[in-house]
Amino acid sequence: MDVSSSVSTHAAHDSHPHDEHDHHELSFLRKYVFSTDHKVIGLQYLISGLIFLFFGFLLMMLMRWQLAFPGTRLPVIGTLIENVLGQGAMNNGVMTPEFYNSLGAMHGTIMIFLGIVPVAFAAFGNFVVPLQIGAPDMTFPKINMASYQAFFAGGIVMLVSFFVPGGAAKGGWTSYTPLSDIADKGPTYHVIFNGQTLWLIAFIMLITSSLLGAVNFIATIIQLRAKGMTWMRLPFFVWAQFVTAFLLLLAFPPLESAIVMQLMDRVAGTSFFLPSGLIVNGAAVSISGGGSPLLWQHLFWFLGHPEVYVLILPGMGIVAEILANNTRKPLWGYKSLVFAALVLGFLSFIVWAHHMWLTGMGTVVSAFFQTTTMIISIPSVIILSAFFISLWGGSIRFTVPMLFATAFLPMFGIGGLTGIPLAFNSADLYLHDTYYVIAHFHYIVAPGTIFAVFAGVYYWFPKATGRKMSDFWGHVHFWPSLVCMNCIFLPMFLQGMLGMHRRWYDGGQGWTLASEKVWGVSGFHWNLPISIAAWVMGVAQIPFIINFFWSIWRGEKVNDNPWEATTLEWTAPSPPPHGNFLEAPVVYRGPYEYSLPGRDKDYTMQTEPIKEGERVLHEPTMSLGH
Amino acid sequence: MEIPYTVTARPDTGLWNAKVGIWLFLASEVMLFGGLFSAYIFLRLDAEPGYWPHGLLNVPVGTFNTAVLIFSSVTVVLAWASLKMRRYSRYRVYMAITILCGVIFLVVKLGYEWPQKYDHFGAYLKTSSLEKYERYLGNKHLLAEGLPPRVEITGHLHNEAALDDPKIKEYEVGLDVVYTDPTDPKMDRPHFFFVPPTEHVATIEKADVERATMFLPTHNNYFATYFTITGLHGLHVLGGVIVFTYLFFFGGITYRQNPEHLANRVEVAGLFWHFVDLVWIFVFPLFYLL
Repeated sequence: MDVSSSVSTHAAHDSHPHDEHDHHELSFLRKYVFSTDHKVIGLQYLISGLIFLFFGFLLMMLMRWQLAFPGTRLPVIGTLIENVLGQGAMNNGVMTPEFYNSLGAMHGTIMIFLGIVPVAFAAFGNFVVPLQIGAPDMTFPKINMASYQAFFAGGIVMLVSFFVPGGAAKGGWTSYTPLSDIADKGPTYHVIFNGQTLWLIAFIMLITSSLLGAVNFIATIIQLRAKGMTWMRLPFFVWAQFVTAFLLLLAFPPLESAIVMQLMDRVAGTSFFLPSGLIVNGAAVSISGGGSPLLWQHLFWFLGHPEVYVLILPGMGIVAEILANNTRKPLWGYKSLVFAALVLGFLSFIVWAHHMWLTGMGTVVSAFFQTTTMIISIPSVIILSAFFISLWGGSIRFTVPMLFATAFLPMFGIGGLTGIPLAFNSADLYLHDTYYVIAHFHYIVAPGTIFAVFAGVYYWFPKATGRKMSDFWGHVHFWPSLVCMNCIFLPMFLQGMLGMHRRWYDGGQGWTLASEKVWGVSGFHWNLPISIAAWVMGVAQIPFIINFFWSIWRGEKVNDNPWEATTLEWTAPSPPPHGNFLEAPVVYRGPYEYSLPGRDKDYTMQTEPIKEGERVLHEPTMSLGH
Repeated sequence: MEIPYTVTARPDTGLWNAKVGIWLFLASEVMLFGGLFSAYIFLRLDAEPGYWPHGLLNVPVGTFNTAVLIFSSVTVVLAWASLKMRRYSRYRVYMAITILCGVIFLVVKLGYEWPQKYDHFGAYLKTSSLEKYERYLGNKHLLAEGLPPRVEITGHLHNEAALDDPKIKEYEVGLDVVYTDPTDPKMDRPHFFFVPPTEHVATIEKADVERATMFLPTHNNYFATYFTITGLHGLHVLGGVIVFTYLFFFGGITYRQNPEHLANRVEVAGLFWHFVDLVWIFVFPLFYLL
């Protein structure tokens, strides 16, 4: 489709002649706030998720001050926070240990559950999946709306918890018992309006949201695929979201049960997670006892580990789409990718206890989980290898989305390979809870998933708005982000190998371990360059924010398929109207038919019928459904 | 484009949308209750000998409730079948019976069984004081029989003020029948029929007591799991009743537009109801019988 013809279709569907929903104009509230349209809900998720991501990052920037200059007055911002949150948070501009703990716990919680999951899974899934499978909407649009509203309410409760007496939850994103059971309790605290209890209540809302979303995604992919869209013609992104939805569907409820139990412990006085003979502040606690702190860890990590794949699989899906599109050749090993994703999803349910090597579960249990953890690296390596091989021999277009997607590959590779020592319980005994762990999983989620998210935003922005984001400011966003990411997380591997603990309030200043030198700089003094890199990275996000909003109204107008891609979403108008497609699409071929020989253009869309005598490439051999 | 397969099945999957949705939702629910039941197993296996009580619940009442739920699972299927045969008034009758069963279950659970527990008292004794109350506990006999010891004395608390008033130094407990003759196996739990506490009043000094409360969630992990699981299950019953009531009163609108659509809705709600029933089938033996 060339530019002129797309402009004419644009004009045609601007009037929406045959879409009965547009006969009566929806009010602003129905259209943008209480919308049941999957695209609007996707954008709601995207915007709120990105705001939460930036907010979570702000919390970390505050912590980086305390780590680099422990006990020093935080200029301006410290006073500001002291005025808002009181002396419990900042004492004369110096961060209190309690506030530091709150920041740590909320950084993790917000980034994972209010940032990445809503953006990578809910936002892209909602916006892109129905378009890619040729569906008019999600199967249950009202439930979809309820899902966003539950998420939004959970987010608000999480934010409100900063303002209650005692501040937000302090138990880390894992909320290990018995500490989190007994935190924020006592005569000075409200029984409900305290940090930890609000954290639990917010979680129940977030789990409800993810349950509704997951049911919707799976049902949509099973039921609403367009005619001819067989399972093996689904874009890999759809497969990734499909597996992710199953992980959320089945892994979150056990955590919900654990949260209900912790809520009972805190509000009704039960002892699910409190052992007998517990002494707090020198006095025995009046509880029945007999509970098990380990039970919480098991239930938490039963979610916690699949959650890791919830964070990474949508990212892999996004990267797959962008790689195929920009290398102008089919994704290498499509079927291996699909089966690897399925195996990954299954295995992710039986590796959870590798987060618990230090609890003394016993060698038999450890050996089992160590083995499954080793096995799960195989599908991950298959996926990453297939991506790398996809680059081979391609005439690569280094567009902005492609820059982020290409950067994802080595960054995720570093994150994945550095996880292997942690999978062995003997090595992990040393590295557990050090900065090494922080560096390892941040390489996966920060320059991994978040880069994939940025890639996705730049890639699908034209579909959502009909305009393109600026390339120049995209570069200004990408290069500093890439450099800063590595400046932040590479030194943390060194700090971790010195044995620096991840939860030290003083950044290691008072600890002998942290005074050992690596490359002439002590472990503690590495904090400063890391912090500077983090702050610079914060600044580097400003071009993105400006570019994003500026491009919505002022960006360069483009046609319906600016990237010359093959999948179904690019056959719909940009932005797609309510109901998505002007007529129901019919699919004739696989998702990545780039550079087919004997054609005048280097991409063949899924809706193009097979020509007579055409040698069919990549036609699925395994057909599930019609 | 409109969303397809809302009422008729998609040919290749053989399912309409809501049916896929409800099965996925139920899969999630299995994991939710699975988490709670694994907590039950974990805590029960971890409990010290004598600290996991037996036979404290009213078995005939529980059996009655089980029968009520199973019966309502039958009537909801009959309601669905009536719709399939397009007999709307009969559907209303079966639906009314189903709703009634759900309400009976909740009333028995919340109005009778739970309050009976709040009214029951138990005192865990300090290990050093067990000897002093041997005539109620019969631990020597249990030791000889190879059975776990008794560490708790339960019954009806006659001086309820003792719970909060530190000036009262002892509890006056109308003993449960097992403590009146602790060596007689006939007196021991479980009793199939409910046996009320006797008029045999024992005085238990607070100094000898490790911890004493009514049978509330705080009492021990058995009651913590019991109240949490039956409470969550009760919420599910309540949810089902609300949905059924909606279908009972407003189903006519859907029925007049497309009878099959209402049949599908009842089928989906019925699937949920069967699941709620199934959870109870696990709850009943775990808490009442084992």
